[in-house]
Amino acid sequence: MAAPKKGRRAPAGQGHPGRTLVLVLIAMIGLVGGMFYYGHLTPRLGIDLAGGTSFTLAAKNQPGKPNAINETNMNTAADIMERRVNGLGVSETEVQTQGSDHIIVNIPKGTDAKQARQQVGTTAQLGFRPVLTIAAGAKTPEPKPNPSKSGSSGKDGQDKGAKGEQATGKQGTQQKASPSATPDAKPTAQGRAVTDSLKKAPSAKPTPSGSPSGKPSKQPPVPPTGDGGIPQALQKQLDALDCSTPQGRALAGTKAAGTRPADPVVACSQDGRQKYALGPVAVEGMDVSSAKAVFDNDTAQGWIVQMDFTSEGGKKFADITGKLANKMQPQNQFGIVLDGAVVSAPSVSKAIMGGNATISGGFTQQSAEDLGNMLSYGALPLSFKIDDETTVTAALGGEQLHAGLLAGAIGLGLVVIYLIAYYRGLSLVALASLLVSAILTYAIMTLLGPAIGFALNLPAVCGAIVAIGITADSFIVYFERIRDEIREGRTLRPAVERGWPRARRTILVSDFVSFLAAAVLFIVTVGKVKGFAFTLGLTTLLDVVVVFFFTKPLMTLLARRKFFADGHPWSGLDPKRLGAKPPLRRRRTAPTQTKEA
Amino acid sequence: MSKLGSIGARLYRGEVGYDFIGKRKIWYGISILITITALVGLAVRGLNFGIEFSGGAVFTTSKTAVSASHAQHTAESAAPGHQAMVQKLGDGSLRIQISGLDTKQSLPVQEQVAKDLKIPVKDVNTQLVGPSWGEQIANKAWLGLGIFMVLVVIYLAIAFEWRMAVSALIALVHDLTITVGIYALVGFEVTPGTVIGLLTILGYSLYDTVVVFDSLKEASKDITKQSRFTYSEIANRSINGTLVRSINTTVVALLPVAGLLFVGGGFLGAGMLNDISLALFVGLAAGAYSSIFIATPLVADLKEREPAMKALAKRVKAKRASAAAKEADREDAPGQGPDAGEGAEDDAAVVGPRHQPASRNRGRGRPSGKRR
Repeated sequence: MAAPKKGRRAPAGQGHPGRTLVLVLIAMIGLVGGMFYYGHLTPRLGIDLAGGTSFTLAAKNQPGKPNAINETNMNTAADIMERRVNGLGVSETEVQTQGSDHIIVNIPKGTDAKQARQQVGTTAQLGFRPVLTIAAGAKTPEPKPNPSKSGSSGKDGQDKGAKGEQATGKQGTQQKASPSATPDAKPTAQGRAVTDSLKKAPSAKPTPSGSPSGKPSKQPPVPPTGDGGIPQALQKQLDALDCSTPQGRALAGTKAAGTRPADPVVACSQDGRQKYALGPVAVEGMDVSSAKAVFDNDTAQGWIVQMDFTSEGGKKFADITGKLANKMQPQNQFGIVLDGAVVSAPSVSKAIMGGNATISGGFTQQSAEDLGNMLSYGALPLSFKIDDETTVTAALGGEQLHAGLLAGAIGLGLVVIYLIAYYRGLSLVALASLLVSAILTYAIMTLLGPAIGFALNLPAVCGAIVAIGITADSFIVYFERIRDEIREGRTLRPAVERGWPRARRTILVSDFVSFLAAAVLFIVTVGKVKGFAFTLGLTTLLDVVVVFFFTKPLMTLLARRKFFADGHPWSGLDPKRLGAKPPLRRRRTAPTQTKEA
Repeated sequence: MSKLGSIGARLYRGEVGYDFIGKRKIWYGISILITITALVGLAVRGLNFGIEFSGGAVFTTSKTAVSASHAQHTAESAAPGHQAMVQKLGDGSLRIQISGLDTKQSLPVQEQVAKDLKIPVKDVNTQLVGPSWGEQIANKAWLGLGIFMVLVVIYLAIAFEWRMAVSALIALVHDLTITVGIYALVGFEVTPGTVIGLLTILGYSLYDTVVVFDSLKEASKDITKQSRFTYSEIANRSINGTLVRSINTTVVALLPVAGLLFVGGGFLGAGMLNDISLALFVGLAAGAYSSIFIATPLVADLKEREPAMKALAKRVKAKRASAAAKEADREDAPGQGPDAGEGAEDDAAVVGPRHQPASRNRGRGRPSGKRR
């Protein structure tokens, strides 16, 4: 890009200037038509120009993590939220920390605030936990704890069976599993032995027996934390858990989300039909390196989320699936727990190698994409609740914006006057090029709004205004080259062609510097600066496009017109006025002056 | 225009021109003075950081008849120890900025302001800004700036040469320093918008410098094959040759920004528009100035230290001495210079500029054009 070969002709070589112009015209019509087709006639405006919605999120203290709310975690959380709502960095969403435990998210008008709220608010704590037991979603009736002492298996079983449509088939397993639940780690034989006895009554007993046996086995944390009471406590929790109402689920989710990864937990499935007792986290969300939403055609599961693990995560995953594969239902299942709710609980038939996995479970495209997005960008180190949601007005009042636009228009008017005064006929080319550039910029910015969420803010507008200078400079460089050639005594047509390669090099070299600045800033920076860098890069690219595919062909065409070729005084290319020196090779006019030399 | 056009022509041929390189010491001096002023201003007055950097709350009220000073008093009494900045917006509403407020403190202030201005609380909009925000943005921006500078120096060193890369970088730092200094002196608020304005300047300043360097590179391509001009002279001609372009470009770039600054800013008082357009105006002007008065003379200075250029300067001197000797009898002196046989260019280069052989003389300063 920097230094094109001298001999090479521009793509818009003088061979078919008309064709190139038509191409540009078609591109313009296409873009403008696209604007109308999609019904977006104005660019999306940033929060400083259009106002928007502002959320205040307060970090919540979580059980077991007293010191979790600190600056590092807050900044990480803000960073992750920013990436979730502003993945491409051009949507002008602002995420800032405020004070020690608040994060403010400002979303420009026109963005789906509800979706954004979900995106920022979701902690996205993902964990793969081995399933200990599964029960139907509703609260297990009171009698249940009682039988747990008396040990009426049949009743309990019926209760569960009656409630759980999905779970019915697994009833037997459930019953068996529940005692062995917590001590998932226990040697299967023991668990079985226990399970085969009465469900509820034994459920208390296995604990003591579980603890000792559990310790040596693979998940020691379970029994110790429980202080010997876990299975019962967990079973009680499971029984008390009510997944049938949204409130109950929300409560359960919050509680489960607050549980430490190393502790077992009870959780609801997302639809509330089932509830799970789950072992400690075997693979964490941090172990996921990337995730994306895919439409699964093969197994007709609809939208699924595909995850790639990090190498360590892949190992852990292979490890846990290998262990689970040897177990009985439902303990060969693992629950994929997202923010305290079980998204899905696939069963494992063999160890899964290869470091990837999928999550299925009634996703819509949107929810699959959101989840993929969240998993890719990581879990928030803290959980938040939305404190406050307010509508904010544009920081820059409408009046300011209008005055700004007026000021810009006045400035542009002066530019036009200056160009006409200086370049006369040539200014037509300059103004037409500026106009084409403006139309292309506007149309592309408008279309990028719905496409990638691009929003125009004030800095971007300023960037565009400066771009006027850079764009105009390209013509000015070229015009001056042409004039220099005419001063050499050339007629216009050769002058236009001879001036071009040199002007082209200058334009490319200097635009490259500008584009380099834009690219570096876009990659490195965040927020507004990123949006600005995007605008700068876009306008720089458009400058090159316009000069190559519009200005140059237009010049070539105009050079064939008598008005310009003969150097009419108003063409801006009058050799006499330009002070051309002989040998004058103008077509009609006789050489006007012959200098002694 | 005809006047401008012929000036352009004469500049182009080198008949007229300002001796940018010869008087470079003056311009260096001026730049150093300005830079020192800027640095002193920066050290003494410091920068006035906006609430994006200091943190705080922005309250926007609905239309009210209360004056800005009254509202300021109200706000300051509601938030003791904090300074409030009040702007009256065009639609009669007020915009109150209070630095250093956090979430808890902002609520009572909002209520107090609403009460005093006799408007419902819900009509007072609160927007909180975290102190770390502007800082984060600025820090990343500085990082980007650093990376960009390294890359651009590498690029310029490859596309041109290291001397030009160094000079361009010095000119860039010069522009940024002046702009930041003016901010300190004028006392305008530094907002993320300002940071963005600065970054725009960085792109533009280099852009402008590169355009000038490009013509300099072209003009000096075959410099060692002639002995009529020293590098400095060629550099000077090249600046003069692109002067028309520089002026035009600067005017075209500055006019819209000037519109924003003087019309937009003048109408509206402080605001983001003003912040950015001031940074842009100063920066663009400094960028245009530095590419001509600082960057190119610096390149010439550096170049003249090169042995080849020293030798050239010697040859030119010798040649001129002999030409001067021959002046009286107005004779051709092709064999006089030490490097007489050096090429066609030299043979044609017999007459001094004063003799005005325009048709032969043109192209002298830009040999590459002839070779194309």
